[in-house]
This record gives sequence, C-alpha cells and structure tokens, in this order.
Amino acid sequence: MSYFSDIYNGIKTLLTGMSITGNYFLHSRKGAITQQYPDNRETLKMFDRFRGEVIMPHDENNEHRCTGCQSCEIACPNGSIEIIWDRQLDPETGKKKKMIDKHIYHLSMCTMCGLCIEACPTDAIVWAQNFENSVYDRSQLTKVLNRPGSKVKAGIED
Amino acid sequence: MKIVSITKTVHDWLFSIMPEGAASIVEMVLIAVAYLAFFAVAGLYLVLLERRVAAWFQLRLGPNRVGPQGIFQTMADALKLVSKELTGTIKADNFLYNLAPYFVIVSSLMALAVFPFTQEFQAFDINIGIFFLIAISSIGVIGILLGGWSSNNKYALIGAMRSGVQTISYELSVGLSLLTMVLLTGTLQLSEIVEVQKNGWLIVQGHIPAIIAFMIYMIAGTAETNRAPFDLVEAESELGAGFHTEYSGMKFAYFFLAEFINMFIIAAIATTIFFGAWLSPFGITDSIPWLGVFWFLGKTLLLVFLMMWFRWTFPRLRVDQLLTLEWKYLLPINLVNIVIMAILVWLNLTIKF
Repeated sequence: MSYFSDIYNGIKTLLTGMSITGNYFLHSRKGAITQQYPDNRETLKMFDRFRGEVIMPHDENNEHRCTGCQSCEIACPNGSIEIIWDRQLDPETGKKKKMIDKHIYHLSMCTMCGLCIEACPTDAIVWAQNFENSVYDRSQLTKVLNRPGSKVKAGIED
Repeated sequence: MKIVSITKTVHDWLFSIMPEGAASIVEMVLIAVAYLAFFAVAGLYLVLLERRVAAWFQLRLGPNRVGPQGIFQTMADALKLVSKELTGTIKADNFLYNLAPYFVIVSSLMALAVFPFTQEFQAFDINIGIFFLIAISSIGVIGILLGGWSSNNKYALIGAMRSGVQTISYELSVGLSLLTMVLLTGTLQLSEIVEVQKNGWLIVQGHIPAIIAFMIYMIAGTAETNRAPFDLVEAESELGAGFHTEYSGMKFAYFFLAEFINMFIIAAIATTIFFGAWLSPFGITDSIPWLGVFWFLGKTLLLVFLMMWFRWTFPRLRVDQLLTLEWKYLLPINLVNIVIMAILVWLNLTIKF
C-alpha cells in the first residue's frame, strides 16, 4: 500500500513547499533584499565585514597606530603595500627610532585577501566599507594611508 | 454587448461595400491581425509578469526601471531581439532550422482561436473544440523536435528528444483529464461547454473527480509547456539552452513567446473546462455580457500565476522521475478517475444549482 501513501506524502510535501514560497511571495514587499543602488546612495551602508579598501584610522590628534614594522608589506602576496621609513630622533627619549614616512597602498593591485590586516600586530590598518572605488586615472588608486604630519600614538610599541 | 455589436457593425459594413467573397477574406485577415496583436502583447506581458512574480518569490523587486513599474521592459527586450543578428550554425539543415520557430508559433496561435473570451466573442466555434485543442497542442512539439534536430548541436538534439518523450507522455494525461470533464458536459464544443456551466462550474458540478482531474490537468499541462519543474528540455545547467541553443534574435523570441502563449493556452483551457470560462461567479455580472472578457482573463491569469508558483517552488525532475510520475501515477489515477466520473454521471450524483 505504499503506492497511496507515496501519493499522499508527495502531495503533502509539495503543498508544504508551495506554502513556504507563497509566504515569501506575500511578504516580498517588506522583505525585499534588493538594494536600488544609485537611488539609495545616501542611506546605503555596507555590512561590517565588507572588504572595501585598506585604510589607516587616525585619531583626533592626527595619530595613527603604525610602528613601521613592515609585517603587512611582507604579508602582502602581490606587493600592494610599500612602506617608506627612516630612523629619526625621538623627541621624548632622544633615541633613534624607526618611523614611517609613507605607508603606500596600491588599491589597483590589491586582491582584498586581508592578510596585511591579519598580520598587523598593532591593528593600525583596517577594512573600510566603501565600495565606489572607480576613478578615471589609475594613479589615483595609489594611496598614502598615513596623513601628512601624523605620528605614531604613544605607547603602541611597548 | 459592446464588443459583439462592434464586430457586428464591422461585419455589416464590410459586406455592404464589397462582394461577399472578398468581404469574408478581409474579415478573416482582420481577425487574424487582431489575434496576432493579442498574441504579441499577451506574450510580452506574460514575460514581464513572470519576471516580476519570480522576483517576488525570491524576495527581489524585478524589472522596475523601464517605464512605471517596468511595464515597457519586455517591449524594450523585444526591440532589442528584433534588431539582433540572426546567427546560425554552418552545418545546420537550413530549411528545417528556419521552419521550426514558425511551427511552434503557428500551433499556439491556432489554439488561441477557439477560446470563448466572452459570449459570442469567439473566432472559431468549432464543434470538436476540445479535440481540436488537444490535437493542436501536440503539433508544437514537432517544431521543437525540428529545431533541435536541424541545429546540428548535441545539446539541442538531447533537449528536443527529451521534449518528445515528455510531450508524448503527458499528452495522454491532458487528453484523459479533459475527457473526464467531457463525460460531464456531453459535448466537445467550447460554447456549449460554457452553456452547461451555467448550472455551476464544472469543478463544482463534478466535485471530487473533477478536482482530481483538475490537479492532473495542471500537472500535465505544466509538463506540456516545458516549464519548471518539467523543464528538462531546456535545463540550463545540463544543456545550455536546450533545443533553442542555436537560435538568436527574433527566432529565439518566437520560441520564447510561444512558450508563454502556451502557458496562457493551458491556463485558458483549464478556465474554459473547469472554471466556467467567461461566466461570473454566482452570475453577479450576467447583465453585462462584455465583462465576461475580464472574468475570462482574470481566471486565466490566476491559473497562470499558479503555474508560475509551481515553477519557483519545485526543483526539476530527472527523466526517469518524469516518466515514473506519468506512467505509474498520473495515468492509472486518470483512468480510475474516468470510471468514477462515469458512475457519477450515470447515478446523477453531480451537484447542480
């Protein structure tokens, strides 16, 4: 008699499926996941884990957390990061200290693998959530991440 | 009576200005043009409806940019397809390759002619209406087979062969489920079937066996139109685009439109046979006969929606599952159902108002 129970179960499961999709259909207005992109440019916010580009956050005193250890430059598989550094006199201790001059990031070469951010021991670089990265000249994609005149935050190296 | 009176005025006017033979030919051409226009517009808007409904099922929005709520989207698509180059394969059988789309499109156009859109608004009230519909709907598969065979492409050929298997199998169920209802009406003529339904739609008159017949008809009808879950004919993941892999531009559009018109036809047959065609529920608009068009189209679109619901819910069947469903389940149930219906009619157990 499995013939008739098969038919019964078949119809029952098909109707279950239809009720689920029907429920989606009725609630599609509220729950539509489509972003109507150029229209909602003002309000569109990417989720936290979105990998837009690498940035270096600065605080209000124009201080960043990069010590110039070059871990990110070594970790990068395709050479997107170049760090220009030199040894300067630390005004507080009077000793010579390694400091970054420019943290150069080539967005055009970056594959968004995130290895630099994982490698960074001081969390100096993070992902930004912006996504409108197109420009008319590729030289604009080469970015200097540390702001002019910025310095490393005190106490990071300890 | 508005529509009827318009057709009558045109008819009288034509016969007053030219000889009888010429007038009737002009009339035929006019009707053909009207149906062609309906075919094109209905096809395009069914495509749009499908895309919007599909989007809503998947929690998307669907095309809403071309015109208000995207109503010109498919028009734009059609314009694009018309302007595209017609490519073909070098070793294709050119004659059959070019003939195939017309087979598909003409067969679905012919089927459109017999539907009673409202009282006395029917191009061709043939006395073997249902038989004609069943016969015509099986011609379309020849176009698909020709297209698959002549494009000299193995995917197209496999798709066409699957279509042959599928249509020949499911034709039986479509025919037998309609036959079940014919037992109730006692006639094959569509206008008379509508007359019978003035005592209650056939799905009410025939109650249990009619509902079973309707379910079988909808399953087999979906299979006949080669739509999901029976779309192994054009299974994208296996066969590219199936039988129309090698078609481009307008010839592809013919296949595409014919698929949607076939869906409309299947739904329209179900409306006519099971849901009383242009009759309003409980006769609420019997005094205004031209409203029948809206009832007919409304019921048909509801059934079209049901088929879209199937499509966006169920996964595709394998070939063996397809044949098991038809030969082990639908066909035996259908045959038993006919006997039940015959007993019902014999013992006069039908529900009539």
